[in-house]
Amino acid sequence: MELTHSQQAIAYLVSAVLFIFALKGLTHPATARRGNLFGMLGMAIALGATLLGTEVHDYGLIAVAGALGAAIGIVLALRIQMAAMPQLVAALHSFVGMAAVLVAIGTFINRAQAGTLNGTLMGELSAGIVIGAITFTGSVIAFAKLQGIMSGAPIKFKGQHLLNAAMAIVTVLLAVEFGLTGDVWALVLMTLLAFALGGTLIIPIGGADMPVIISMLNSYSGWAAAATGFTLHNNLLIIVGALVGFSGAILSYIMCRAMNRSILNVVFGGFGTDGGGGDSAGAVAAQKGVKSASVEDAVYWMEDAGKVIIVPGYGMAVAQAQHALKELMELLEARGVAVKFGIHPVAGRMPGHMNVLLAEADIPYDNVLEMDEINPEFQSADVALVVGANDVVNPAAKEDASSPIYGMPILEAGKARQVYFLKRSMRPGYSGVDNLLFYQDNTSLVFGDAKDTIEGMVSALKGGGH
Amino acid sequence: MTESLTALYVFVLACFIGYYVVWGVTPSLHTPLVALTNAISGIVLVGALLVTGLKEAGFMASTMGFLAVLLASINVFGGFLVTHRMLSMFKKKNK
Repeated sequence: MELTHSQQAIAYLVSAVLFIFALKGLTHPATARRGNLFGMLGMAIALGATLLGTEVHDYGLIAVAGALGAAIGIVLALRIQMAAMPQLVAALHSFVGMAAVLVAIGTFINRAQAGTLNGTLMGELSAGIVIGAITFTGSVIAFAKLQGIMSGAPIKFKGQHLLNAAMAIVTVLLAVEFGLTGDVWALVLMTLLAFALGGTLIIPIGGADMPVIISMLNSYSGWAAAATGFTLHNNLLIIVGALVGFSGAILSYIMCRAMNRSILNVVFGGFGTDGGGGDSAGAVAAQKGVKSASVEDAVYWMEDAGKVIIVPGYGMAVAQAQHALKELMELLEARGVAVKFGIHPVAGRMPGHMNVLLAEADIPYDNVLEMDEINPEFQSADVALVVGANDVVNPAAKEDASSPIYGMPILEAGKARQVYFLKRSMRPGYSGVDNLLFYQDNTSLVFGDAKDTIEGMVSALKGGGH
Repeated sequence: MTESLTALYVFVLACFIGYYVVWGVTPSLHTPLVALTNAISGIVLVGALLVTGLKEAGFMASTMGFLAVLLASINVFGGFLVTHRMLSMFKKKNK
């Protein structure tokens, strides 16, 4: 069976509609799995229609590469730990970027051989290569930062933005030169420069802004797919690219808004790890010292509480404390305590990171609330338990105009009657900013590994029996 | 209207669809959203198939195509499967 162009176009249209339904499914957890199935079906139809079309003749290489890719993808997807999801996502972004570059160069070679190159096509090819290459190296750097191969600290030097701007301008000039003349050297130089640019654009962005970087690269990978669609005159790729591109762009916007920063502010240089100024409120409060509490103190307050709100952060992911938290939740609920979880949009290393980890531990999603929903509830909570979060509960964001995080919306954990802060050490958060909440009268710090501490609470609740 | 202009029409309209659909996604599913968009941007696999499968494709083009098919298939299979794994974990309170 061989599909005509029109039949293929209809199949692509069906698959585009299925992809839209796939994204639409994520409106609610109850419909999300069905959405993912729509996505798989859409992909199967698109690939089937392509393979059965008139253009594809040689199946040998495709079968080998496809089987290999499928095997690697399946193993990665089954083995990956939920806490390491940001790394996997960064790696997958880099693959899309590289694939777009390879497809564009391959198309150039094929078309040059057939003698069907023209200016428009070469312009579109350049766009695909540049966006794809930037996505690739950018994602590789993001991966290295997440995996700890590279330090999360922003890398900055004098004249950095000037250098980036110069590189971007030269890249565009080379693309124009290539479009007009078809000069292969212009193509090669442009490709290399775009790869370099992907790296230099990402290194000044600090690790604290990882959720934004992930979202931005998500967006780039979509634009790369769309550019490939323009080169191949394939409307399906264009539609999917636009959907993915906008998805990433909207996530970037949501993440920036949750930090009260503009996207330009994030892109042009991240948070350092240096502390606040000499006479900032943080430094003054630091002299007051902090209270520390034992596991038993915290349990004493929690077991008779009406409501406990747990605020998880990246520290929970590192300590893998989510399963212990689930046990704690159940024990408290059995005593009639209402337990809720409050999630800040930028908690963790990627959008929605905490929700997935809590879901992994079988914590029902109706107990897990977003910032705007949970904030009015802190006032009536007896205990706020902060597990591995820091900057997202720091009142400095509201009170200290000299703080780098000033203006960022926070979870108002400090309004609970008692705040217990699980911490490994007195080190500041990922942004390097001192936390004023430590020094509040109703706050106590419980030192130790988050998982051990919560397991301690669990056994105290089990053993206490009063 | 040239083919490229039609493509531009499709692109701009698809951007609007993307904008409205993605704003509807619940924040608790933002990680699955990123993973799912990862999977569907594996659609560049279609482009990779076209490059590799061309009858006249020479050694260079076939090599590029081979690698592109490999990378894009990792995205497609890995992306959908990991999204499925995550979504299966989201449960309602059953009482």
